[in-house]
Amino acid sequence: MRFYRRNIKRLISAAAALRRNVMRSMLTMLGIVIGIMAVVSIMEIGNGASRTLGKSIQSMGANMIMVMPGAAAAAGIQQGSGSAPTLTPADVEAILLDCPAVAAAAPVVMARTQVVYGSTNWVPANMFGTTPAYLQIRDWKNLDEGECFTEQDVRNSNKVCIVGKTLVTELFADCSPIGETIRIQNVPFRVIGVLSRKGANVMGMDQDDILLTPWTTLKYRVSGSALGQVNQSASAGSPDGVNSFGDPYPRSHLEFYPTLTTTQMINTPRQTRMTTVDQICASSVSTEKMQMAVDQINATLNRTHHVRPGEAGDFSLRNMTELSEMFGSTTALMKSLLLMIAGISLLVGGVGVMNIMLVSVTERTREIGLRMAVGARGRDIMIQFLVEAVMLCLIGAMIGIALARGVSMVVTLLLNWPIAASLPAMIAAVSVSILIGVGFGFYPAWRASQLDPIDALRYE
Amino acid sequence: MHNVIELTDIVKTYQRGEITIPVLHGITLSIEAGSMTAIMGASGSGKSTLLNILGCLDRPSAGTYRLDGLDVTHCSRDERAEIRNSKLGFCFQHFHLLPRMSALDNVTMPLDYGDSGLSPQQAQDRGAELLAQVGLAERMDHEPAQLSGGQQQRVAIARALVNRPAILFADEPTGALDSRTSAEILELFRQLHTDVGVTVVLVTHDQNVAAHAKRIIHIQDGLIAA
Repeated sequence: MRFYRRNIKRLISAAAALRRNVMRSMLTMLGIVIGIMAVVSIMEIGNGASRTLGKSIQSMGANMIMVMPGAAAAAGIQQGSGSAPTLTPADVEAILLDCPAVAAAAPVVMARTQVVYGSTNWVPANMFGTTPAYLQIRDWKNLDEGECFTEQDVRNSNKVCIVGKTLVTELFADCSPIGETIRIQNVPFRVIGVLSRKGANVMGMDQDDILLTPWTTLKYRVSGSALGQVNQSASAGSPDGVNSFGDPYPRSHLEFYPTLTTTQMINTPRQTRMTTVDQICASSVSTEKMQMAVDQINATLNRTHHVRPGEAGDFSLRNMTELSEMFGSTTALMKSLLLMIAGISLLVGGVGVMNIMLVSVTERTREIGLRMAVGARGRDIMIQFLVEAVMLCLIGAMIGIALARGVSMVVTLLLNWPIAASLPAMIAAVSVSILIGVGFGFYPAWRASQLDPIDALRYE
Repeated sequence: MHNVIELTDIVKTYQRGEITIPVLHGITLSIEAGSMTAIMGASGSGKSTLLNILGCLDRPSAGTYRLDGLDVTHCSRDERAEIRNSKLGFCFQHFHLLPRMSALDNVTMPLDYGDSGLSPQQAQDRGAELLAQVGLAERMDHEPAQLSGGQQQRVAIARALVNRPAILFADEPTGALDSRTSAEILELFRQLHTDVGVTVVLVTHDQNVAAHAKRIIHIQDGLIAA
């Protein structure tokens, strides 16, 4: 209790001493105020920037893991990554079953071909056959209109699709496409949903230029051979084959069974025994568990693909971790550079505090002498001056934090930069200012405590 | 009456580089509790040095000093600070009041440094009581700058008494005052001495001031002159 009371006394007398020379105290504080203001506002702006960056990476799928099939190679000719048909829908099932760190997984079948609506046509940058889980993985569940296709649609290879905003603009002239029918390789698809706008990704690619269908539909109902063709009219899709100038070996078209018409082929999709998908998309439960999810998927696929230990797998895993780390380290570098500069201004502020405290000690030599004569020990004098220095810095820090909030608000208003108030930055600012108070107040306080009361009393 | 101060063969020399300057050459002296004593001497006679030693602001080079039955000759800095706080009161020629602090706060200031065990309220009460005793009951909230020299010295006396010291040292207490206020202050010392029973040690070079004391000790060239 007495300890507490004595400290309160010390605070009051320190405040009184600072008030005795308001102008000087304010000017001394200014260095700390500016330093703390710089530190805190830089932290806030920096945090805002990295949060925005994090969001845009998240929109690409920060927790997304892509499983690509390995490279096909025959007779020394490598086909490049993703060319070997090794991933199957069963792998997706296995991943979902055996990897607890994986939140969702979806097979992806890719195509790049023309989409026709009425008299307009467009080639979407991304045409994916997948399952509804894909939207969960891409964090894209809120549709603008309509709804996503269901697992039922996937099982039945229903001819439904959902489209991105760019397609709405290009094909439907911004009118609602719900219920309209579009054709992909002459297969009619009903549009049942419109994806919300996601904008360009970090690489600058339009993420809204997309069309999603059940993967079974894209795989089996849209002619597999033509999926790589960008232009329908150029594809050798005409069943009569009137024009055969480009075909030097017409006999290769010899069929032993009656040729099916396009309609017949569409109506009786032939499920091959060994179905492959082009990619598997999965997402980890959280960003922290990313590595765990990657390891689990690796282990599961090594098992299902019978990869022997030490042998390279016939698949590869990609995720956004490296990308987000790269961007993160860039912003962190910028932030630490700016913080260093701000730190220097804090240091200068601290030197200012030391300066003024030294002046104050000299000016109050007689007071120190008197306090010692009536029984203050060196320690008491030292604490008194330290408390004053720390109080000076603390008040400076408070004002600095308040100003920093103002600065970041102005920055948001005028420049439209994102900011994020950072409690750790404020706590750090306060503790740093206390440290500065103690650090730079120590020498003057120590000098005061070493004064000889006889000399100090006689000091003019 | 027991002796509150007992000095035996006190020697004080100052070292200034190579040169040793002797100031006190062996002073043996005792002062009774409840007495009023004046120490007189010309400037340079060593009376200030003697006062510093008596007031535990300085340590003798040789000899022993017993204060209130306690040997304080070899006390450390902090121990002497504690003794000054609890047993001694000081009045100075230039008052040495803290500026921009009320008279009452000036008086209670020494209580911050000791183990008085008083609550803030009790401390305030004691300060107010002492200010009333020195005749400043009306001016407790005034700052030193608003007080006359005599009033300032009264505040300083109240401050010296706040820890109920065994001895009150006054170093040229009237040196900065005109003759009329000087007389008042000296009258106050006499009053405190007779009514309250405070032991007073006055240090002065002024014959008229010393005359107020019952006993006068003359210091000459670092020795007590007969």
